[in-house]
Amino acid sequence: MLNLSFSKFKLSAALLLSASLAFTSCGGNSGQEAGSDLSGAIQIDGSSTVYPVTEAVAEEYRAEAPNVKVTVGVSGTGGGMKKFTRGEIDIVNASRSMNEAEAQTASENGISYVQLSVAYDGLTVVVHPSNDWAKDITVAELKKLWEPEAQGKIMRWNQIRPEWPDQEIHLYGAGVESGTYDYFTEAIVGKSHSSRGDYTASEDDNVLVQGVSTDPLALGFFGYAYYEENKSKLKAIPVDNGSGGVLPSLETVKDGSYAPLSRPLFLYISSKAIAKPEIVDFVNFYLENAGELSQEVGYIALPDNVYKEQQQKFDEFAKSGATANQQ
Amino acid sequence: MTNSEKNRLKDKAFQVFGVFCTLIGLVVLAIFLIDIVIEGIGRIDWDFLTSLPSRRAASAGILTAWAGTLWILVLSAVIAFPLGIAAGVYLEEYAKKTKLSNFLEINIANLAGVPSIIYGLLGLELFVRMMNLGGVLLAGALTLSLLILPIVIVTTRESIKAVPRTIRDGSFALGASKWQTVWHQVLPASFGGILTGVILALSRAVGEAAPLIVIGALAYVPFVPKSPMDEFTVLPIQIFNWTSRPQAAFLTNAAAAIIILLLITFLLNGIAVYLRHRQQKKIKW
Repeated sequence: MLNLSFSKFKLSAALLLSASLAFTSCGGNSGQEAGSDLSGAIQIDGSSTVYPVTEAVAEEYRAEAPNVKVTVGVSGTGGGMKKFTRGEIDIVNASRSMNEAEAQTASENGISYVQLSVAYDGLTVVVHPSNDWAKDITVAELKKLWEPEAQGKIMRWNQIRPEWPDQEIHLYGAGVESGTYDYFTEAIVGKSHSSRGDYTASEDDNVLVQGVSTDPLALGFFGYAYYEENKSKLKAIPVDNGSGGVLPSLETVKDGSYAPLSRPLFLYISSKAIAKPEIVDFVNFYLENAGELSQEVGYIALPDNVYKEQQQKFDEFAKSGATANQQ
Repeated sequence: MTNSEKNRLKDKAFQVFGVFCTLIGLVVLAIFLIDIVIEGIGRIDWDFLTSLPSRRAASAGILTAWAGTLWILVLSAVIAFPLGIAAGVYLEEYAKKTKLSNFLEINIANLAGVPSIIYGLLGLELFVRMMNLGGVLLAGALTLSLLILPIVIVTTRESIKAVPRTIRDGSFALGASKWQTVWHQVLPASFGGILTGVILALSRAVGEAAPLIVIGALAYVPFVPKSPMDEFTVLPIQIFNWTSRPQAAFLTNAAAAIIILLLITFLLNGIAVYLRHRQQKKIKW
């Protein structure tokens, strides 16, 4: 005989659920003193490369305006642009410029926008520390190595420069979904999103660090911050664009001599968002603090006058946006 | 060598092989757990559990992430539990063995093998865009419910199948209707197995990052969600985000967050084992 009523089953299920609900709701909300009476929500999404800067600014902004809920996603520059051009988010983090197709979608949806540079990243070309032959590399050599035609052909170091050893070369680079890949191919190959496909690709730069640092025949590229944090395991090679080899550093990226691999990181602000005072306040706060905070998270600050230019650009956009929205 | 000696040798060889196979799984798990615990255990303290995300690895916490994970867990359970059990009961007790029910069965089995990111894309289109929910908790929970529904249905059916035919016959013989038999005899008897299935399915959902990123779950959320219509983040996304940062201190944070996630999973599995055990003791045929 089965002597168990089904109501006991309901009871225990209900208990389980209510217990976990109670557990969830007890998560505290830290009551902070208001520094500003602005409130509202700001939705940001996009590049995971720009994310650390925006996260840092959003964190500091918590103290400035505790009632403004700033949220940041990491669906990638492409994914963020899709949402931005559909009007689903206010600001998009981008590690490359908006492309034509995206600009067209934006205008179809009646969204205008302003592009602001917030920091630099220097894409660093790295080899294994035991590599004693690669003392510099020219942009033309990088192109020869990475262009689509190189696939299956340029497989040995001495094919790039005859005095280099007759050994295999193993390539490591950003995955094709990342803005880093788009930028590198545009700067080196000359065409965005076009390169050889036979290299070890990863969206996670730590995987690339791991690969290059354990492979004596490796050559790879990734963001400056990842090189900076792993200097002991890697060797950066100076990139020569015709005026001598230049190593990436805070100075060479900032003054533009590390070209063409230093890239700006962008914010795009939507015209739909500009009418909200909390957005204007947040972007102003962003531009004021981006220099210091970007350096803290591993990127390179823009020169002060460039931040001023960005501020002017934004002020004009905010003004015209406000009038456009009134009409 | 006699035949029986040969057989004994074969028996021994198979035993060694079996132990070896078991060890592969256990050793890999042990290496993973030891590595994570060594890396992360020192980082876990009350502040880590109650702090908001931060750019400084040392002051960053996982409050919003674990709160989001618990919300998702509860909502997915509330949604998938009744749907999955009802579907399982229908297929096992009511559905006639027609071509249609065959077709349904094959598809449910197939659904269990669909990659989770596909469910994310489905959820994005269906819940986020068409139902216009946005990237909120409810949309995430609905998406994960779809993901675990096939598992819940399959385990429900297996548990119901395990109830002896004689119990049903006895119930019918006493004049009970089909519904009364299912509600008062079959379901309570199979409840332990069903619950185990649901909880194991939930512990799969807890570890998912990809489908939630697709539907628009965020990485930086400075507030604890208060309703199913709030935006959210979950532990796997926080972990994913931290492992891709250049600073080594974030990797320690990720390891600590992984320990918390594992604890949640172990807790769920523990509940499943306990409930099954209790249920088995109560059932006396």
